[in-house]
Amino acid sequence: MRIGLFVPCYVDAFEPEVGIATLELLERFGLDVHYPFDQTCCGQPMTNTGCHAEAAATEALFVRNFSGFDYIVAPSGSCVHQVREHLTAIPQTDDVKAVRAKTFELVEFLHDVLKVEAFPWAEFPHRVGYHSNCNALRGIHHARPSELNKPAYSKPLDLLKKVKGIEIVAPSRPDECCGFGGTFSVFEPAVSAKMGYDKVTDHAQAGAQYVVSADSSCMMHQKGCADRLGTPLKFIHIARILNGAAA
Amino acid sequence: MSIEDQGLRETAQESDHGQDGRRLQHAEAATKPVAAKTAKAAREPQPRGARIRGDRPIDQAEAAERFLAAPLHQKAHDARLWDLRGKRDTAAFGIPEWEELRDLASRIKTHTLANLDRYLEEFEANAKANGVHVHWAADGADHNRIVHGILKDHGAKSLIKSKSMLTEECGFRHYMAGTGIEVIETDLGERIQQLDNEEPSHVVVPAVHKTRFDVAEVFARTMGTDPENDDAHYLAESQRMHTRPLILDADAGMTGCNFAIAETGTVVTCTNEGNADLSGNVPKLQIHSIGIEKLIPRIEHLGVFIRLLSRSALGSPITQYTSHFRGPRVGSEMHMVLVDNGRSERLGMEEFWTSLKCIRCGACMNTCPVYRRSGGLSYGATYSGPIGLIIDPTFNKRKYSTLPFSSTMNGSCTNVCPVKINIHEQIFAWRKVLAEEHQIPLLKQGMMKAAGQVLSRPAAYRAAIGAADSALKVLPRFAVYNPLNTWGKGREMPETPRQSFHSWYKQNRMAKQDGAK
Repeated sequence: MRIGLFVPCYVDAFEPEVGIATLELLERFGLDVHYPFDQTCCGQPMTNTGCHAEAAATEALFVRNFSGFDYIVAPSGSCVHQVREHLTAIPQTDDVKAVRAKTFELVEFLHDVLKVEAFPWAEFPHRVGYHSNCNALRGIHHARPSELNKPAYSKPLDLLKKVKGIEIVAPSRPDECCGFGGTFSVFEPAVSAKMGYDKVTDHAQAGAQYVVSADSSCMMHQKGCADRLGTPLKFIHIARILNGAAA
Repeated sequence: MSIEDQGLRETAQESDHGQDGRRLQHAEAATKPVAAKTAKAAREPQPRGARIRGDRPIDQAEAAERFLAAPLHQKAHDARLWDLRGKRDTAAFGIPEWEELRDLASRIKTHTLANLDRYLEEFEANAKANGVHVHWAADGADHNRIVHGILKDHGAKSLIKSKSMLTEECGFRHYMAGTGIEVIETDLGERIQQLDNEEPSHVVVPAVHKTRFDVAEVFARTMGTDPENDDAHYLAESQRMHTRPLILDADAGMTGCNFAIAETGTVVTCTNEGNADLSGNVPKLQIHSIGIEKLIPRIEHLGVFIRLLSRSALGSPITQYTSHFRGPRVGSEMHMVLVDNGRSERLGMEEFWTSLKCIRCGACMNTCPVYRRSGGLSYGATYSGPIGLIIDPTFNKRKYSTLPFSSTMNGSCTNVCPVKINIHEQIFAWRKVLAEEHQIPLLKQGMMKAAGQVLSRPAAYRAAIGAADSALKVLPRFAVYNPLNTWGKGREMPETPRQSFHSWYKQNRMAKQDGAK
């Protein structure tokens, strides 16, 4: 199985270890993983701001980089949601449609495509609170959102529960948005920061030592908020835990 | 413990319970009162809403920041609305077929809107047959003139009315202020807002942004109550005693409309205070203002919406009063005003017409994390919160151009919506429309253009993040590369790692691959 690894721009720049963990984890399952070297971004900052025309060239580049793979996998629900639902600023050729359909977020790829049963190398003896990125939750259906009267499920928690020693604690508002919201975080900074403060406080009160998420962007924001408040929380991407990171 | 402390504690306990001593479960005021160590600390001035400057774009972020700077108000506001969200969940999850009901309601509304002309004509014919005078208003000004005309014809000097977002939308109260006819709101929350000369901040709980202390201050100023007494029962009873004679003496009454049934020509209102019944049934002249999107085809459809409305709004199975106004009583006169005010135009908007399905339950506001931390008045519009973001720009694209950006597009609103409006997707779609029509700030669009140029050219992108002493200069460009450093104001900056993934890969993987070749 030929996999195209998409490492989102902020992961590339701020959390390279998440990209490394994703690569190594996929390789542990014997996959043929390629990293197209000219990749940049999915175009989300522009489309989220309404600027679709300004995103077109970036979207076209994304498709050029990732055409021809069996699957494209990225450690970000938010970016995958952009590719799947909103990569529409360019003509929808067969190539574009194929890339959009084959793009998967890491958790759902492990859970739904590889159907991974165990991570024998992984051990994480800590109390963790899981943070659902809103696009991952409500856009690509990682779990049942708290609003819907439907049977409960959670793909990321299913995976985390296979990790030895881990203890999962739930905040009182399990899927309240943390306030990152992409460009929202800078265009509406006061509300964004307040939402972040409330989020990290909720996690801390639930007894979490670590906040775990499938999205680095939310955690970058939450870490900034926790550090400002002096809340002793650590943040780690789910790819690193599943790949066996000790802490 | 000071006397003030004791007073606070006692009132807090009283406010949780009805007169029979049982805990109030479903009343709008049943949420926990604000906990405050001292009365003085609790008396924080109420933050006011967005500054309105003609058609200039509303600065929601600025108003929200002032709301956040009043932590007692913000905290109480967030807690009250989150409590409503929780009660909504409990009520919704108590009905196994909840999601099917939402789907059914959505389909009934979609069908009605797709055949609106037919159902409006049916409604008019049936209302006329019931002895009702039916009027058509093209816009808010038309509505106000028509209602004023009816009142003048009858020599009315006072009008009691129940809460109606439509009349807010038409600016009815402001219009009437110049006519010499007194308008008295009979909904408690709406009356508080009227006395304070402030717009409602929420479609269901219009004074939810105020604390009891704020209400005590408003009532003391306008009705002469004891400014030191902020007991909820005292305040509610004072308002009742003050307003009841005005209701009994009123020349005319007015209500809005929750549902208008085409088959019967009936207006249905849903209230918890019974004030729509007073407004409709006490005076000899009654007027019902109806937004044309309120139509439903048949009485059998009403049950679907009644089951959804109050559960979504407050978490109660049904409002205390569900009143059907069909025809005039003996010796009295009934008028219905059907109001368009932009609805026909919205019906023609391919991406936005389904916002007309809205039944004004407020669930999207209660669940919205931005709304709960900003206050409804920060939106500077009749409709605030998620539903406001997608409706307001249809009234004035320039003035409300900023509102669709006051959202993280987290999608919780869409999931609680009882008629399944895809609210967060419409917010996303509005951003595109506004950018295309250059209704977003030049700075913002310029930043996005620059970001697009860098992100679409690998060499430029690598040069930018590779050469920089940190990636912060470019990435995330939208986040930190601006003169105000709005990221750093409330948050610590992310640390920049020693090397990017890209250069790690080049060093650790490509070298090996080259060697293998």
